[in-house]
Order: sequence, then C-alpha cells, then structure tokens
Amino acid sequence: MEVLLSSFGILARWDVVAALIIGSVGGVIIGAIPGVGAAVAIAILLPATFIFDPIVGLTALLGIYGSSMYGGAIPAILINTPGTAVNALTTYDGYPMTQRGEGRRALALAYSASFFGGVFAILCLILLSPLLASFAKNFGSREIFLAALLGIVLVIVAHRGQTLIAAAFACFGIWLQTIGLALDYSKTYTFGQSWLSSGVNLIVVVLGLFAISQAFVLLIDKDNSPKAEPMSGSIFQGFKELMQHKRVVTISSSFGVVMGMIPGVGEFTAQFMSYTTARRLSKTPEQFGNGSPEGLIASEAANNAVPPAAMIPLLALGIPGEALTAMMLSVFYVHNVVPGPQLFSGQLDFVVALYIALLILNVLVLVFLLFSTNLLLKIIQIPTRFLGVVVLTLSFVGVYSLRNSVTDCIMAACIGVLGFIMKRLNLPIVPIILGMVLGEIMQNKLRTSMLRVKNPFDMIDRPIAFILFCLILIVLFGHFRRIWMEQKAAKSQ
Amino acid sequence: MNTQTIKTKPGEILFIAAFFLFSAFLLSQLGEQATFKPKGKFFAQPAVWPGISVFGMTLFGGLHLLTRYKHRVGGTGAEFTTWLRALEFVAWFMVYVYAVPKFGYLPCTLLFTTALGFRMGYRKTSTLLWATFAGLMIVFIFKTLLGVKIPGGAIYEYLPDALRNFMIVNF
Repeated sequence: MEVLLSSFGILARWDVVAALIIGSVGGVIIGAIPGVGAAVAIAILLPATFIFDPIVGLTALLGIYGSSMYGGAIPAILINTPGTAVNALTTYDGYPMTQRGEGRRALALAYSASFFGGVFAILCLILLSPLLASFAKNFGSREIFLAALLGIVLVIVAHRGQTLIAAAFACFGIWLQTIGLALDYSKTYTFGQSWLSSGVNLIVVVLGLFAISQAFVLLIDKDNSPKAEPMSGSIFQGFKELMQHKRVVTISSSFGVVMGMIPGVGEFTAQFMSYTTARRLSKTPEQFGNGSPEGLIASEAANNAVPPAAMIPLLALGIPGEALTAMMLSVFYVHNVVPGPQLFSGQLDFVVALYIALLILNVLVLVFLLFSTNLLLKIIQIPTRFLGVVVLTLSFVGVYSLRNSVTDCIMAACIGVLGFIMKRLNLPIVPIILGMVLGEIMQNKLRTSMLRVKNPFDMIDRPIAFILFCLILIVLFGHFRRIWMEQKAAKSQ
Repeated sequence: MNTQTIKTKPGEILFIAAFFLFSAFLLSQLGEQATFKPKGKFFAQPAVWPGISVFGMTLFGGLHLLTRYKHRVGGTGAEFTTWLRALEFVAWFMVYVYAVPKFGYLPCTLLFTTALGFRMGYRKTSTLLWATFAGLMIVFIFKTLLGVKIPGGAIYEYLPDALRNFMIVNF
C-alpha cells in the first residue's frame, strides 16, 4: 500500500500528466498513419526527452509505445493497411469485416480487445511486482550476462528463415559499440580518425536505422493517399460483444504477457500463438481469415498485452527485449538511473508508477478513440511522400540536438541509407540495435564476473545461471532440430 | 533451413556480398585496429569483443551468402539504381544540416519542407503551404516549446538587439 501511495505521488505532477496525455494521444495518431510507427516516433523524440526527468520522458515514450497499436488497428481494419507492423494480423479478419459492412463493429471489438489486453497485462505485472523484485535480487553479473546472451540468441532465432543474417547483424551491432576508446584508452577500429574516438552513439544509429531510413522509403516509393469512408454509430458495444468471447481474450492477453516478458520474442510471436490457439479452440475455425471476430480479438488483445510485459526484463534486469525498449534504456542511462535488480528492489515505487501510468494511458486512449475515430481517418489520408518530408525534417531535430555535431548527422545519414537498403531487402534491423545494447551489457558483465570465475564451470555454478545456460542450450537445440526437421520434410517431398 | 522456402530479393546477393567483404576487411585489420596485451586476462583484452564480433559478422555473413547465392534472382541493376536515389535525399539532408547554423533553424526549416515538398511533386499552393506550416510547427514544438539544443543561426547576429535574442532563444 505504501508503495502504491508513493507511486501515485511520483505521478501527481502536471508535467507527468501532460506527458501521459501527449504520449497516449500522439501514439494513437502516429500508429494510425501507415509508414510511420512507434519506432520512428520514439527515435525522433528520444533526444528531446533527455531534458526532462526520467519519469516524464519515460511516460511520454511509454505512451507512444503503448498506444500506437490501438491506432494501428484503424487502417488495418478499414483500408487493409496496418498502421504498425504488428497490426498486420488484424487485417486478416478486420478488413473482411469492413467489406461485409461491419467496419464499425470490427473497430469496436479491436478497441475493447486492445484495452482488455493492455489492462490485463498491467494488472498481472502490478501483482507480480513483489515476486519479481525478490527474484531480481538473485541476479548477479553472471546471471545478467547469461540473460543478455539468451536475449541475443532469442532475437536471432526469432527471425525464421533469416537466422544467419540476423546473427551477422547482431555481431555488427556488437562491433559498432566497440568502436572508439577501450577501457585501457587504446583505440579500437578508429583507423586513425579522431571523430571515431568517441565511438558510435546508439541514438545516432537508432535514428538512422528507424527514422531517416523510413523517410527515404516514404520519399522514394510511389505517393499514396489511402481513402477511408467515415464511420457512423456508437462503438461502445464492443465491450458487450467482447464479454461473449471471455476465453479468447483472456488466453490471448496471457500469451501477450508471457511472450512480452521473454526478450526477443515480442508481439509477432504472441499474436501468432494466440491466433492459432483461438482458431483451435473456436467453434467456427473456418471463419478465421475471413472476418472472424474471435481472430480479431486474439490478435489485438495479444499485441496490446506485450508492451507492459516487455518492460519487465528492461526494468528488472536492464535487458531490453526489442528495439523500442532498447531505445527507452538510453533514457535511463542519460539520467543515471540504472535499470536492473537494484531498481526493482530499491525503487519499486518508480516501477509501479510506470505501470500505473500505462494503466491510465490505456483509459485515456480508449476515451480518445471513442470520440475521434473519424478525425483519425482524415490523418490516415496524408500522402506518404508528404510524410517523408516531415519525417526527414524531424530526424534532423533528433540527431542534431543530441550534441550539435555535423559528424553525427553524416553518420546518421549513412546509416539511414543502410537501413533503407535493408528495409527494401526485408532484412532484419532490430538485431543491430540489440547487438549494440546487449553487446555492451555482456561485455561489462562478463568482465565483472570474471573476477570471481576461476574456471568456465564457475560461470554456471549458481541456480539461476545454470537455468539460463540450460535455456540457451534448449533454444539452440530447438532451433537446429527445427531446421533438421524442415530439411527432412523438404527431402521427403 | 528449408531450401524450398528461400526467397531472395533483387539486390540481396550484392548487399550481402558487400557486407561479407566489409566484414572480412575488418577481420583482416583486427591486429592493427584492436589491442591485445600479452600479459592480460583473455576476457579483459580490448581486442576480444571486436574480435568476436567481426569474426561472427564474417562467418554468418559468409554462410548467409552461400545459402542464398544459388537462389539469386535478376534485377540487381534496377535495385541498385533505387539505392542510389536515396543519395539525393542524403544531399538534401546534409545541405539542411550545414545551413541551419548559418541561416537559422526557422528559415532553413520553412525553406527545406517547402522546397522538398515541391521536389516531391506537390504543385498545389495549399499543399506547399501545408508543408511550410509543418516546418513551422516542428520548429515551434521542438525549439520554442521544448527548447531542444539547436544553435541560433549566424544570420541572426544582423538583427536588432531585442529581436536577435528572441530569435536565438526561440527560433
């Protein structure tokens, strides 16, 4: 109770409230615009949040992260174009419903399922917090090193069909963060260039790979201005209908919570698993993909349950599971707040305050959506090349305001071209960012843990370290077994 | 890996080959560009993590190239031309970067959004005005309201005293 009161105290500030409103409303709008997405917005806003307190900056970024998927469902349902990549599965059942003249019903269901998923995840995590706090205390350097290694392995194997290049890009990310001065002041991969001595900044890479590359994509692709018909009627009935699918929404939200907590897994796997489970349990599985309300509920509830859960490895262990939480980690670092076991056990009120903020933002988003869907339909129709102009202009703010460095801008522009090519080739970008972040964590934690390690087996002589090591082996074994099975099946055909 | 499901995009082999050659070059430079101290502990060596990473880049990049090479498709030239088109916008961006400290954030942004909008094929006055307005709002939100660190333009020095300070602080 004391923790809860203290958490409310942290949030009861005008700037936090303003950040919550701006983040949640802004997130919905950004999510609703196809081709922009939360990653671009967070990358651009990141340096601007550095001037605020961590709670203010994080609340605004969390607002965007948590609410963008609500907005992304609108174009997915009405014009068959997902606003954010994670809303892709929503098009399977949402758009056929619109074609049947049930667009309003589909939106109402998507909003209510998203709300349920988000709130369910937050309540689970608030209840789990004390348990997680005591569990996090058992994580020392070795355990965090192994957890970061597990995170990298999971991110790589999650890119099915692209695991080799995902591994190469994760190594590229690790290499990028080694550039510059080493701890002993020796220079690493600077090639005699003084501007490389200070290393490659994570934010510059993030802005290049996510924002500038996306601006290039929008500017070079054919101009497109999606059309959508205005909606009429109330969308409150979604909750009533949702109650008829209690089992689907609860199972899907649970998948979101569990998958969100595992680094590198995230929304796509949560959605896929909840969708296939819902289809298996459904009395009308043939409707899935043809406008099934259950399918729509499954995908929306699962993807909205992920953001709160994804904060767990970040806050408890300091390990981001995907690109957006990796960006948020830099906000902590800038303010000298070190996420990890100490934060979870020593500043539980701060952690709970973040969860309460997420809870409030879900309510704010729902209220905003209930009254503004038709306004958002107008925003969806902004031409894509016009958006490209805006994103490129905003990218300048992000890069230049970091340290007023032209070198950073040149670097970001070059990385932007790299990201543009990777996006055109459908190659994974996220392993580069996670390689940079987790690579640094692994480097530091391994060095610290080596002081107490006499032989390699000492690394895994504690229970959690041993479990993490076994998990790494299981993940790798499962991956290679799947490849072997696929090859066997291909040969038999 | 199921070879039947491999789909290679035009230009992918070129990109991966370039990545592999870059990685191999970095690996060849490891001895020169990273320090290995004879007496230090292995995992405390400055060269360990750069070594692991460039070795991983070369190994996995090479293996990916090998698995994709036999599935290569045509159209590399056209795809490469599209990549080069991005350089035009890099040039736009860099001109903007160099212009801001000289001519000021507000004038440069208004000009940048409007001119780039024109370059993207928008000819209607209303659309170009929207582009100018977008530029104005970006400056207002980030510089005036949030006070992000963007220096005032050198050109502001020629303004009258009272206006000069106002422009440097807000625009």
